[in-house]
Amino acid sequence: MIRRTVRYLDERSGGAPFLRKALRYVFPDHWSFLLGEVALYSFVILVLTGIYLTLFFKPSLATVAYHGDYLPLRGREMSEAYQSTVHISLNVRAGLLIRQTHHWAADVFVAAIVVHLLRIFFTGAFRKPRDLTYYVGLLMLILALLEGYLGYSLVDDLLSGMGLAIGYAVLMSIPFVGANLAQLVWNGPFPGGNDFESRMYIAHVLLLPIAIGMLIALHLTLVASRHHTQFLSRRATERKVVGMPTFPAYAPRSLGLAFAVAAVLFLMGGLIQINPIWQWGPYHVAEATNGAQPDWYLGWLIGALRLVPSFDVTVGNYTLVPNAFWGGAAFPLLVFLVLFLWPTLERRVTGDYAFHNLLDRPRDAPWRTALGVAFFTWIFIVFLAGAADRMFVLFGLSYEGQVWAFRVLVWVLPVVALLVTKRVCNELLRGEVVEVRRKLVEAEPAA
Amino acid sequence: MRRALVMCVALGLLAVPAAAADPPQSGVTHVHAAPGTSPVDWGAQLFGANCVTCHGPNGRGLDSRGPSLRGVGARAADFYLRTGYMPLDDPGNEPQRSRVLFSKGELAALVEYVASLGGGPRIPRPQPGQGGLAKGQELFTEHCAGCHQVDAKGGYVTNAVAPSLDHASPVEIAEAVRTGPYLMPRFTGRQISDAQLNSIIRYVSYARHPDDRGGWALGHIGPVPEGLVTWFIGIVLLIATCAVIGKRIES
Amino acid sequence: MRWLVALVVLVLGRMRRRPRLEEPERLVPTGAPDRRAENIVLLLFGAATVCAIAVPVVYVWDAIPNQTQFLGLALGLALACISAACIVIAKRLVVTEELEEEYGLTHPDEEEAVEQLVDESGDRFTRKRLLVVAGAGAGTALGAAMLTPAASLGPVFEMSSLYKTPWRRGVRLVDEAGRVFLADEIEEGTFYTAYPEHAQREQMGAPLVVVRLKPAELRLPDARYGWAPGGILAYSKICTHAGCAIALYRKPTFAPVEPKPALVCPCHYSTFDVADGGSVLFGPAGRPLPQLPLLVDPAGQLRAAGNFSGAVGPSWWGVRRHGPRS
Repeated sequence: MIRRTVRYLDERSGGAPFLRKALRYVFPDHWSFLLGEVALYSFVILVLTGIYLTLFFKPSLATVAYHGDYLPLRGREMSEAYQSTVHISLNVRAGLLIRQTHHWAADVFVAAIVVHLLRIFFTGAFRKPRDLTYYVGLLMLILALLEGYLGYSLVDDLLSGMGLAIGYAVLMSIPFVGANLAQLVWNGPFPGGNDFESRMYIAHVLLLPIAIGMLIALHLTLVASRHHTQFLSRRATERKVVGMPTFPAYAPRSLGLAFAVAAVLFLMGGLIQINPIWQWGPYHVAEATNGAQPDWYLGWLIGALRLVPSFDVTVGNYTLVPNAFWGGAAFPLLVFLVLFLWPTLERRVTGDYAFHNLLDRPRDAPWRTALGVAFFTWIFIVFLAGAADRMFVLFGLSYEGQVWAFRVLVWVLPVVALLVTKRVCNELLRGEVVEVRRKLVEAEPAA
Repeated sequence: MRRALVMCVALGLLAVPAAAADPPQSGVTHVHAAPGTSPVDWGAQLFGANCVTCHGPNGRGLDSRGPSLRGVGARAADFYLRTGYMPLDDPGNEPQRSRVLFSKGELAALVEYVASLGGGPRIPRPQPGQGGLAKGQELFTEHCAGCHQVDAKGGYVTNAVAPSLDHASPVEIAEAVRTGPYLMPRFTGRQISDAQLNSIIRYVSYARHPDDRGGWALGHIGPVPEGLVTWFIGIVLLIATCAVIGKRIES
Repeated sequence: MRWLVALVVLVLGRMRRRPRLEEPERLVPTGAPDRRAENIVLLLFGAATVCAIAVPVVYVWDAIPNQTQFLGLALGLALACISAACIVIAKRLVVTEELEEEYGLTHPDEEEAVEQLVDESGDRFTRKRLLVVAGAGAGTALGAAMLTPAASLGPVFEMSSLYKTPWRRGVRLVDEAGRVFLADEIEEGTFYTAYPEHAQREQMGAPLVVVRLKPAELRLPDARYGWAPGGILAYSKICTHAGCAIALYRKPTFAPVEPKPALVCPCHYSTFDVADGGSVLFGPAGRPLPQLPLLVDPAGQLRAAGNFSGAVGPSWWGVRRHGPRS
């Protein structure tokens, strides 16, 4: 049966040699090499559940009065987009499961990319010849952030509507061109009406998924053509990759991971409520709720927006840099700039332009690890600052005090993290040298 | 260190907020009334023992310590006392719901006494059953959600906490809306009619156990706990799966 | 019975493959069987089947409570069982070989050949550089031409709508239900949301926050004398930081120890002083909150006495260059 299928395909495509090579393609074995796949399979779940949602969702801001069976919304004025989402959640059988799985998958997708990025960074996998793969990955991270933001903003509920206003303000805050861009994207001032909803919809449902899909294909092709990196071991060298073949060893592992990702996402989608928009109510420009937050992967921007002191940079009556720019645009731009430039900078500073197929353990590159930890600590402290109001409500720590504390910690803690990490790396390395020496001494015959 | 910090935040955010703050350090002074004492007189004695240091004799108020209570009526007194907002140790602190140290009789006596100081509104008798749930959510969003959060879980206002309403009884809600305790605005019947107030109260009661057919509600406060679940349940499970499938590094 | 046996033998005979003459060399090394692992896999597939069947059962079962939870549980467990089965197969039932392969290197010969190919292909050109420049110019112009319709996406050069508000002198303030506000009904110690009568509400220039202070408490700038008749103040409800609705009002019960009256935005906690014309007390907002002048008409109704003190909404490059327009 297998023989007949393969023959059929080979006759029509000539692909048997490729298939044979692909089936024996070598994958180095380490658990941390599977993190990218977690992101990949999350994306697959996103597409599948997303397609289902498009079969019910109405991307229209036309106003309707709700006449469904959910009492607390009876008679409320809302957009068709919001109403159709309420309908999917509360009236379409299995609709809530699919919708919640979709939303959890989006959160997990970005988280998996971040974990994968951290692994790539701290093992030096981004070095030549894989820097292009790394850039493609960073681009996918940016698109994933945008895609998630657009996805939950399509619903036009109170929480995401507030988030869109902030997004509009950040775009407006870009010096010289911000307001022009914002007017272009929104077709006029906020909230923009149906044109903007259509644009979000087509970007979220078609343009960005295609872009991400193509980048995934490019990313995987690059990974495959250069082979995966590996840690130094008895047999692995810079010239030789050692691992297990796709078939029969790797395929069931990968398949197992795919089903595990799907399992976790559907379990979360069914058991843990996420974004219960029927409780938030529809969005109106004049309405707001306390404790509104974006999805986690944009929380770093809230922290930044809250920490910046009150000032607009003006020249006469020309507002050069509105306040929201620093936290909402400059901060993420800086973060991604550093990430994009890192491979080049590291090459320049270390003078190391060689190919690297072997990975560093984090301790093997103390400077990179320490600077990396400091950099991500910086981002993380800013992220935490976004939850300062929650900490006030729960622990009674003065919010104003926290703002000041965070403004200081944001610069101090990364330096501390840098020093501590560097010390730890060096100590670990020294410890290994001592171990080796000790073993050599023990191996010597007694005098 | 990062992990420890995150764990602390996680635990803190997932934990139920401390509902009952501490009552005053010094406690309250209970006064045993002689038999035959009228409630108002008993209230006067209790007032003299517990409240006069800030609110002044006869509730006239004392500069920088406590406002005048003349004309605030049974409504305000009942609210502040039955929630434990008062007595308050330090006038500079925000009053918060705390354990009530007075007995029921003492409370009633104090309320009667304060009501006798220049009249004032009575304790309201709301009828939430007559209110409309949808109207209630709409009104709550318009007037209240900015401070108390759309699911009435509470929030932050610069220099103050807007408390969660999970423990607020219908009478307390009505009293708070009409009185405007601490920094909260005061909504009279001209702005929010009694019928509208019934709807708001009905909604707040509903919001204690809203429709959570999606599963574990994570406290109804939105994306922050959702992010924690993403990392501490989703990512942890998936990294564990990777660890089961893949190899560890050999030294 | 004999016919049955004959039939079985016939069928079995047909099924047997033709015997192979020689065994080819093994591509995949042998490994010991593991019946226990096989049993585990069978069990897992069985469990997955049961869970998967439960999905349509739960789906059609009308009366089940928490249907979403059971659907998710059934589907999730089915997937988890299959995942576990795959992992057991991977670790116990197939051979995990350790193979080697060469890492790819570069191909300088081919790289050179490509360069040479491109180079030699251009031999017939006499004015390469000029042609390249001309081609690049044409291409750029064409690119710009193709991008031109994008300018229709929105008024990218026309900023005037960012200054527009629906307020001008005489417009009445109405509440959520469309009822006109009377000056007398505005009380101290609370806040109101007001909209312009007969105007589109879903725009940043529309909603107002209205509060009332004692006239003695006002500290408005001289230029705004008369903007707050009877102490009634109106401000834009849209925060000048990032555009959220300012839905919090701080009203002190006992002013000597409590923070002063202020409007607060729930997004990043920009706090605005209501008594002095909307200056920023705390938080990141870079501009004070625009104030709308009010007047009370002979019928006691609240009306706008003009447009806001400044442009409404979040800051952008031109937000201070012009006042708001009606």
